[in-house]
Amino acid sequence: MVRPRAKLRFPWSTGRARLLPLAVLALALTSCSFIEIDSPLTIFEPAGPFAERIDGLFWPVFWTAVVVFFLVQGAILFAVFAFRDRPGRKEPKQTHGNAALEITWTVIPTLILAVLAVPTVQAVFDLTKCGDDAMVIEVIGHQWWFEYVYPEHGGITTANVLVMPEDQEVCATMTSEDVMHNFWIPALNGKRYLVPGQTTILRLQADEPGEYWGHCAEFCGLSHSLMRARAQVVTAEEFDAWIAAQSQPAEVPAEGTPEWEGLQVFLNKGCTACHAVDFADGSGVDDVVRARGTFRGPNLTHFASRHVFAGAYLPSEDIGYDEALTEWLANPPLVKPGSFMPDLGLTGEEISDLIAWLKSNT
Amino acid sequence: MTATASRPAATIFRRPAATTGFWSWITTVDHKKIGVMYGYTAFTFFLFGGIEALLIRVQLAGPNGDFLTAAEYNALFTTHAVTMVFLFVMPAAAAFMNYLLPLMIGARDVAFPRMNALSFWIFLMGGLFLYSVIFFSDPQAPLGIADATGTTVAGNLDPSYNTLLGGLPDGGWFLYQPNAGPSYSPGLAIDFAALGLQILGVASLISSVNFIVTIFNMRAQGMRLLRMPVFVWMMLVVAFLLLFSLPIIAIALFMVTFDRSFGTSFFQAASGGDPILWQHLFWLFGHPEVYILILPAMGIVSEVIPVFSRKPLFGYAAIVFAGAGIGFLGFGVWAHHMFASGITPVAQAAFGLATMTIAIPTGIKIFNWLGTMWGGKLRFTTPMLFAVGFVSQFVIGGLSGVTHAIVPSDWQQTDTYWIVGHFHYVLFGGAIFGIFAGLYYWFPKITGRVMNETLGKLHFWIQFIGFNLTFAPMHWLGLQGMVRRTWRYAPEMNMGPWNLAATVGAFIIALAVLIFMVNWIWSRRKGQPSGLDPWDARTIEWTIPNPTPEYNFASNPVVHSLDDFWHLKYSEDDEGRPVRRPDADDLVVRLDHEGRNPTEPIHLPNPSYFPFIMSLGLPMIGYGVIWHTALWGKILIGLGALTTIGGLLGWGMEPLEEPHDDHGHDGHGEPAIAH
Amino acid sequence: MSDSTIEVEVDHHGEHESTGIEHRKLGMWVFLSSEFLFFGALISNYLLYGGRDFDSVVPRDIYDIPFTSFSSFVLLMSSLTMVLSHDALARDDQHQARTWLFATAALGTVFLGGQVFEFTEFIEVYGMTLTTNPASSSFYLLTGFHGVHVAIGVLMLFSLFGISLRRGRLSERQGLNLELVGLYWHFVDIIWIVIFTLVYLLSAS
Repeated sequence: MVRPRAKLRFPWSTGRARLLPLAVLALALTSCSFIEIDSPLTIFEPAGPFAERIDGLFWPVFWTAVVVFFLVQGAILFAVFAFRDRPGRKEPKQTHGNAALEITWTVIPTLILAVLAVPTVQAVFDLTKCGDDAMVIEVIGHQWWFEYVYPEHGGITTANVLVMPEDQEVCATMTSEDVMHNFWIPALNGKRYLVPGQTTILRLQADEPGEYWGHCAEFCGLSHSLMRARAQVVTAEEFDAWIAAQSQPAEVPAEGTPEWEGLQVFLNKGCTACHAVDFADGSGVDDVVRARGTFRGPNLTHFASRHVFAGAYLPSEDIGYDEALTEWLANPPLVKPGSFMPDLGLTGEEISDLIAWLKSNT
Repeated sequence: MTATASRPAATIFRRPAATTGFWSWITTVDHKKIGVMYGYTAFTFFLFGGIEALLIRVQLAGPNGDFLTAAEYNALFTTHAVTMVFLFVMPAAAAFMNYLLPLMIGARDVAFPRMNALSFWIFLMGGLFLYSVIFFSDPQAPLGIADATGTTVAGNLDPSYNTLLGGLPDGGWFLYQPNAGPSYSPGLAIDFAALGLQILGVASLISSVNFIVTIFNMRAQGMRLLRMPVFVWMMLVVAFLLLFSLPIIAIALFMVTFDRSFGTSFFQAASGGDPILWQHLFWLFGHPEVYILILPAMGIVSEVIPVFSRKPLFGYAAIVFAGAGIGFLGFGVWAHHMFASGITPVAQAAFGLATMTIAIPTGIKIFNWLGTMWGGKLRFTTPMLFAVGFVSQFVIGGLSGVTHAIVPSDWQQTDTYWIVGHFHYVLFGGAIFGIFAGLYYWFPKITGRVMNETLGKLHFWIQFIGFNLTFAPMHWLGLQGMVRRTWRYAPEMNMGPWNLAATVGAFIIALAVLIFMVNWIWSRRKGQPSGLDPWDARTIEWTIPNPTPEYNFASNPVVHSLDDFWHLKYSEDDEGRPVRRPDADDLVVRLDHEGRNPTEPIHLPNPSYFPFIMSLGLPMIGYGVIWHTALWGKILIGLGALTTIGGLLGWGMEPLEEPHDDHGHDGHGEPAIAH
Repeated sequence: MSDSTIEVEVDHHGEHESTGIEHRKLGMWVFLSSEFLFFGALISNYLLYGGRDFDSVVPRDIYDIPFTSFSSFVLLMSSLTMVLSHDALARDDQHQARTWLFATAALGTVFLGGQVFEFTEFIEVYGMTLTTNPASSSFYLLTGFHGVHVAIGVLMLFSLFGISLRRGRLSERQGLNLELVGLYWHFVDIIWIVIFTLVYLLSAS
């Protein structure tokens, strides 16, 4: 029998220094406190009853896991140090197993899991059915943006920013126009797929007004990572005001203004193939209103009432609103790979006119 | 007269005779050579997958990364997964299984040696076919469908996206439909993925049949089922998992190919198909697949820990039955990958509970490994370090796995980096650490040398640190809402620092793998000679010389107990402590001598050209199906079918192994014995 | 070479079969267990889509049950002739074995002919093609894959018949082949009975 040599002595070859890597790891893990700034997508700041329900389920499981983690890792470490082959260590007793132990470590995990199972099953049934007085908002997934329709409020159609009142359950009734998407606003609830040809529901509710970030969580193609969402939770009065504003048709700007020039760009450069703008009947451009069901980009009637665009990807910390909009209109596929909005070859002037008009659509 | 000379010369179907050199590898049916080829091929793909991972990590090192295009990123994460799952971990397990299974059950080869070669060649062809996509495919924007008119509207892609890497398959290894369907993933990339996986599936199916028959039928005298090493047991479970899960994914992939190439709409919602059906079929295969990946490593660890603890495996039967239980339950939990898909609450609750139950046999295994170490005399050689590393990291992966069973909790975690962290602890901290344990442990069987321990330990510690630095932060990132498969994340998301840590960790892992490669190459030539029994081992593969003679066992072994070799060397004193038998050292010397000098003629299966020839047909059919609308595509399908059928005919007409016909060639290195 | 070595040769490389079942036979059983899942997935797929309503023609509306019953009967009979052939070979009645082998292959061919006729009718008369809707796709995928299995079986049967004709007899080794083809053939037959029951009889409208 040949025993392999390990003559070269590294610091971790010696007894105590063997702890070094572990110490480094522990240090690294504790240092997470110094960047303990939560992401806007964190699951640790539930803002409504449903997310809180899940949060309440997560922590007991987490701490149970932590306890098991330390027990098992502790046992491993103990075994590693206590039963090392040292000079003079006797040959070990040849134990083959122990029925009592086997039963113990079968039964204890079973019991722990049984305890965890009860609230899990309850929560599943509670959270998968909308309440009776929930407000229905349809969520429709597109590559790569979310569209929201308010059937109880005259079918208002908006995009990217889901506006909803505080303390009011929203029953998101969801489907997809193209591939599978997954709607997720971590502060309000878990995720639910948007399946083409099928309808799924998700309960959403927020206790406080505020802005909550969301993200498409199912891989949906080239720009999946840029398919984001916001939930704008407002007071009941603000919500009513918002509904009233959104119900207004778009105004035709005065002829000769940059806004008017922008509208001409919109009407003549092919934008209307996908984008709807609801003008008042008899305004002269009312035929721009498209029938629902043709290929759809976001409805631009109240574009400027939303502070984000392009799938809630822009603007961001790096880039301001006007700058981002200019970049986006100049070459959409470069900003959002695979985008159905093509590079229309707009000139700088056309873009600034278009922006002027878009910003007038409040 | 040698056997080679005695072969009748009249037939054109002479079986090849080379035992060294290029043709000996092409025509070999020796399970050891096939195992080595599996190993080197798998490791090459591991390097591919690793480079893909590094590129991914560079892109994610900071917010709004622009190192890769979105098309390249999507292609790389898809190819990384496909490569690691199908072209590395599975074939690496096949490498161990091939090399060791006959040695562990006391056989000279597998039940169907030529089919074994066929599996390998088909696997290689499948892998090459899959990667050949890079020469044929460009990144493509999706085609949208306007409901009202049914016309398609093309998405747009900037010309700068037209890069080499962007052409790799980009639908995710899960190929979710309809995203990976004909409209939303036009181009050829997904066709290559679907057909490539199909070819790889054929290879795995053939090996699973082969190994099941081998395990059931070719055990040495006395090698009862419950005397088999745990590794063999785990591979038996894996073979059954493959046997029952592969046909399901085969059907699902056929449906994808029909959708993409022949105009059906199985999963295309726009024409009445059901995309959720794809998920059911995929995960009905995909979850057993997870156990296909981890059980071999569990088997390896179950061999390594007892040897270096100098104790028998604690609760052998419990570990065996827990492994079988995991395999069985593995078929009943697939929908936990779909908790967010809107399946009924009853289904969610049921699959949640089923998922919880899997934790029980998994826990049993972990506790039994601990029980084996407990009170032992632990020698921390490199294989032992990797094995203990496996146990400790697998615990983390297992615990984070339990959180998926808490269904509402999973709604938050699914599709985030929490999951990415979880399964890398299972598949890297688990499977890959296990594979490295096995490589260090059984290296002497291939080379007759021991790998360098200093470099080995260096490798372990660097990999351990790099691994945890890469994947531990991912749990945190996931809980902070970092979604999976994300090409970019916003600076506002505050995810930069931990992503940077993960990227640094990935490069540390790369360094560790480099050290391993240096060690391997160096030790093959210069490593310390191992002798017959370098580890004071327990199982019968160590009763034969290193490197393993071509004929494995000079005489058919007879097995009397579990850990038969150990009991030949050790008796127990009154306290139950092992006492080395006085003749143990002589025994080792004698075994080495006898193993090198067989006394009776040994019949070995003949090498054959036909497995290789048959395997050439499948990629030809694959290319033909992809270009089936062209005439040459149809011709290629025909030629591929002819090649495979021709190979099969040649296979059937090769000189038979019947009495008075052909006796095969004798074991290499054996004195020629007159027949 | 001594006689004892020859015995070892027959006994496959000197290994014994621990289960007492010949390798290839055990292999066939194992393979067929996988095939059950293969057809299980195909049949489930049909059961999912076959009952759904589409704007276009679906299989359940156009089944010709009497015709398919006949072709099912033909396939069932081929299992019987397969048994007879195997039985004859066991008695070393080479002539009978060959005759029944031919009958089995012929019946299989008739079944395939029936399937070709059925497909042609569905496509030409009813306009139901592979791509009409997921129900029709599932139908063709399932019955098509079954047909391919039957065709492979027929090829193997004819090959054995050819060998038997050329050599004048089936050797012991070929006898095992006959048994293996027989196993496969019965499997294909059993699957058809399931398909005929679930896909045709129970879902026809």
